[in-house]
Amino acid sequence: MKRILSALLLAGAPLYAATPATTAAVSAASGTQEQTLGNGMKVIVREDHRAPVVVTQVWYKVGSSYEPGGLTGASHVLEHMMFKGTERLAPNEFSRIIAENGGEENAFTGSDYTAYFQTLAADRLEVSLRLEADRMRNLRLDAGEFAKEVEVVKEERRLRTDDQPQALLYEQFNATAFLAHPYRNPIIGWEDDLATLTVADLKDWYRRWYQPGNATLVVVGDVEPARVFSLARRYFGGLPGGTVTPPKRQMEPLQRGERRLELKAPAEVPYLIMGYHAPAATADAADWEPYALEVLAGVLDGGESARLASQVRRGQEIAASAGAGYRSFQRAPGLFLLEGTPAQGHTVEELEQALRAQIRMLTQQPVAADELERVKAQVVAAEVYQRDSVFYQAMRIGLLETIGLGWRVGEDYAARIRAITPEQVQQVALRYLGEDKLTVGVLRPQPGALPKRTNKVPGGRHDIGG
Amino acid sequence: MTSVVEVGRAGQGRSAWPRQCERTRATALLTVAAAFLGSLLSLQAGAIPAIETWTTGNGARVLLVSTPDLPMVDVRVAFDAGAARDEATPGLARFTSGLLFDGAAGLDAQAIASGFEGLGAQYGAQAERDMAVVSLRSLSDRPLLDPAVDLLARILAGPEFPQDAVARGQRTLEVALAQEREQPAQIASRAFYQAAYRAHPYAGWPDGEPEALPLLTRDAAQAFHRRYYVARNAVVALVGDLDRAAAQALVERLLAGLPSGEPAPALTSVLPLAQAVNERIRHPAAQTHILLGAPVLARDDPDYFPLVVGNHVLGGAGLVSRVSNVIREQRGLAYSAYSYFMPMRQAGPFLMGLQTRGDQAGEATALLRQTLDEFIAEGPTAAELQAAQRNLSGGFPLRLDSNKEIVEYLAMLGFYGLPLDWLDRYVERVNAVTVAQVRDAFERRIDPERLVLIRVGGDAGPTGQ
Repeated sequence: MKRILSALLLAGAPLYAATPATTAAVSAASGTQEQTLGNGMKVIVREDHRAPVVVTQVWYKVGSSYEPGGLTGASHVLEHMMFKGTERLAPNEFSRIIAENGGEENAFTGSDYTAYFQTLAADRLEVSLRLEADRMRNLRLDAGEFAKEVEVVKEERRLRTDDQPQALLYEQFNATAFLAHPYRNPIIGWEDDLATLTVADLKDWYRRWYQPGNATLVVVGDVEPARVFSLARRYFGGLPGGTVTPPKRQMEPLQRGERRLELKAPAEVPYLIMGYHAPAATADAADWEPYALEVLAGVLDGGESARLASQVRRGQEIAASAGAGYRSFQRAPGLFLLEGTPAQGHTVEELEQALRAQIRMLTQQPVAADELERVKAQVVAAEVYQRDSVFYQAMRIGLLETIGLGWRVGEDYAARIRAITPEQVQQVALRYLGEDKLTVGVLRPQPGALPKRTNKVPGGRHDIGG
Repeated sequence: MTSVVEVGRAGQGRSAWPRQCERTRATALLTVAAAFLGSLLSLQAGAIPAIETWTTGNGARVLLVSTPDLPMVDVRVAFDAGAARDEATPGLARFTSGLLFDGAAGLDAQAIASGFEGLGAQYGAQAERDMAVVSLRSLSDRPLLDPAVDLLARILAGPEFPQDAVARGQRTLEVALAQEREQPAQIASRAFYQAAYRAHPYAGWPDGEPEALPLLTRDAAQAFHRRYYVARNAVVALVGDLDRAAAQALVERLLAGLPSGEPAPALTSVLPLAQAVNERIRHPAAQTHILLGAPVLARDDPDYFPLVVGNHVLGGAGLVSRVSNVIREQRGLAYSAYSYFMPMRQAGPFLMGLQTRGDQAGEATALLRQTLDEFIAEGPTAAELQAAQRNLSGGFPLRLDSNKEIVEYLAMLGFYGLPLDWLDRYVERVNAVTVAQVRDAFERRIDPERLVLIRVGGDAGPTGQ
C-alpha cells in the first residue's frame, strides 16, 4: 500500500492561532500576494521562477457536502459540463484551445470544493484566464450534451466505485458514520440520484454557486504578480457579483455507541475500515488538537518505521496492508480513519483487534520521543519537497482559502507540528478515539463469480456482439 | 500519513480512498505511460537543463542536472533488472526489489526505515519490465544528506534478504495476487501481455503467479541481486542542489560497495503476431474492460516520432483525441478511452483501451476498431497534426518543471542510452513529422488484422433500474 507523506500538505491549522508561530522551516509567504476584486473574487499569486510555466486554478466553494438529498453528484456532473460549451465556445472547444496552446488541464471535485486548473507555458497565462472567466458565467448547459455526459459520469461511477469492492465499502461506511452531516454524500453521487438528475437541476446549481464572490483564483509560477492582477481584473473584474448564500448548517448528532456494517461483494480479499469522529481545524477544537491528530496519524502511519508497519504488518504479521489517515483541512469535523487487509492466515476480526490495540496503546501512554522526532523530521522535509511542484503549491493555497482558513495558515504548518508534545498526542487519543465514536466497516468477499484462470481463444476479427 | 485526497492526474492506488472525482481518466498505468512517452518537450531557450555525464570508477553511468533553487536532492539508480529478467521465476525481479529495504549490513527493516525517516528522507524501490529503480529524495543539508546516502549505499551493496522478510513477502504477494483477480483492469492487462508477447520475456506479469510463489526464495533473490545489481548494469540520475564535484563524490560513496559485474545481456527482439488473438474472460463486474493492441515500439525505433505524434491525434491527447471523441464525447460510452505507445527496450505495446457497461461492449469494440482502421487508412488531417504538434512543442516546459520530472527523464535517457541532445532535438523532430510519414508508419507498423483483443467482464445490462 502506498504511503503518501504529501498528505501532510493537506493538513490544516486553526483560523485564529492563539500564539502565532515565529519560525517556519521554509516560508514561501514572501512570494505570495493577494487581492480581492470589486465583485468579491479573491486572487492569490505566488511567484516561482524555477521553470517557465504557470499553473492556474479556479476554486469554487461548492462540493458534495453542499448537496441536498436527491441531488448528490450534482457538483461533480456540473464540473463535467463546464467543458461542454458556453455561449461562445462549442463543446470540448475549451480543451482544444488549451491543448493547442501546449497546456494540460483538468478539474476535480471534493466534498468541500470544485476546482479547475490549467498548466501552461508562462507566456500563455492570459489564455486560461480568458477561458475561465467565460465559463464562470456563460455556461450553456445544453440538454443533449447533458444527456451524453451524465452517461459518462455513470461509467465513471462503475469504474471507480461499483466495480471496486473497497471503494463500495468506503461509500457505505461513510454514509453510516455520518447520519446527518452531508459528508455522508458520495462525491460522485448515489446511482439513482445520477439517474434522476436533470439539466434544470444543474442550471440552478450553476447559477447559485458559480459566481466571482464564491471563487478563488490561484496563480503560481513564472509570473509578475502585478501583471496577473491586471489580467484578472480585465477578465474577471467585469463579471457581475451576486449574493452567495452559504449552505445551511447541518450538525452531526453526537454518536453514542459503536456502529458496524458489512458489505458483500465479488472479491477475494477482505477489507476493514474504521473511523472515529474527529475535529477539523475549522471546527470547535482547541487550536493544537488538529496538529496533534496529524502527528498521531504519523506515529501510526508516517512511513515504514511507523507503528502500523513495524508492529502490525511486520511484528505481528496480522496485516498485509494497513493505513491511517486524518485530514484537518475541511469545513466541518470529519473522521480519523484506519484501514487494512488481513495477512494470509489471519481474519479481518484479528486485524480489527490489532488496530484497536494500537489505539488503546496511544491512549495509555505518551509516544516515545524518537517516534515523535521522526514524524516531525518528515513534516519539515515535506515542506521543502512540496515546493518542487507548482501544482501542489497552488492546491494548498486554493484548498485553505476554499474551506475558509486562508492560505497563510499553510505557512505555519511545520512550526505548529513541531510544537506538539507526546502528552498532547495522548490527550487527543483519549478525547477523540473512543469506542463509542467508532464506525467499523467490513468487506465480506464473495469470490464465487470471479475468474480463476484465463483461457486463450485464438480468433479473427469477427467478434462483434458483446 | 495516508493521503485521503486525490489530485488531478494522480492514479487511484489499490487502496486509495475515493474522496474526489476527476473529469478525465487517470490511471496509474497511464500516468506511467505518459511519463515514459513523456517526450512532450519543446525548444525554448533556457528551458532545457544542462546535463552532465560521467562514468564511476566501477562502471556505472551517471547523469546530473544541477538545480540549486531548492535545498533538496533526488537520486534514481536504474538497474537493468526488471521483470524481463525473471526467466523461469515469475515475479522474481519485483520480489527482489521489494526486499532491498528489509535488511542490509546488519540493519533490520526497522533500523533502515527509521534511519531514512528520521532524516526526513523519502526512499523506495520498484521494478517494471525493463527497469528496477532505487530512489532517494533528501534535503541537501549535509548532516541529513550524507547519512541518507551512506545508508542507501549499504543497502545497495549488501541486502541480506532475511528469511522472515522473504516469508512475509511471499504471503503479502499471495494477498496482492488474490486482489488482482478482483480487478478487471489487472486481469485484462495480464492477459494482454501474455497473448501479445507469448514466449518473450515481456509476456510475464511482474507481480508473478500464485503457483510460482514457492520459487521466490531467499537464494533466488540473492542470486538475482548478485547478477543484476552491479555497477556496470546501473545508471544513476541525480537532480538537485549539488554541483558536479559534490555529485561525483556522492555517487562514488553511493556505489562504493557495488561490484562492477557485467551488464545484463541484450533481450531478444519481439516477434510480430502471426495472427489475431481474441480473448474473453468472464467477470461479474458491471463494466467490460477492453484492450486492443500489439507489440510495436522500441525506445530507439526509427519510426518513434511519426508513431508517437500520430498517436497524439489518435488517442494520446486526452479528451481532444479521436478515440476519446468517438467513444466518450459523441456517445457517452466510457469515462476513459485512450490509445498509447509504451516504448520499451524491445518493442513495447501499442494499446487502445476503454471500459464500458457490459451490454455496450460490442458497440464500443467495433467503434475502437473502426477508429483505428480509419486512422491507418487516412492518417491525420493537416489541421489535426498541427494541433498535436502545437500541444507537444508548446507543452515542453511543463515536462521539466520539477526536479521529480527531470530526474525521471534523466534515468530514462541514461537507461535506454539515448543521446544527450535527445531533449534538445525533440521539438524539431516533432515539428518535422508530416501527415504522409504518420500514415506510412501506422500502415507499416500496425496490422489491424493481427491485433490482440482482450475483453474482461460480463455482458449484463444495467442492473437495479
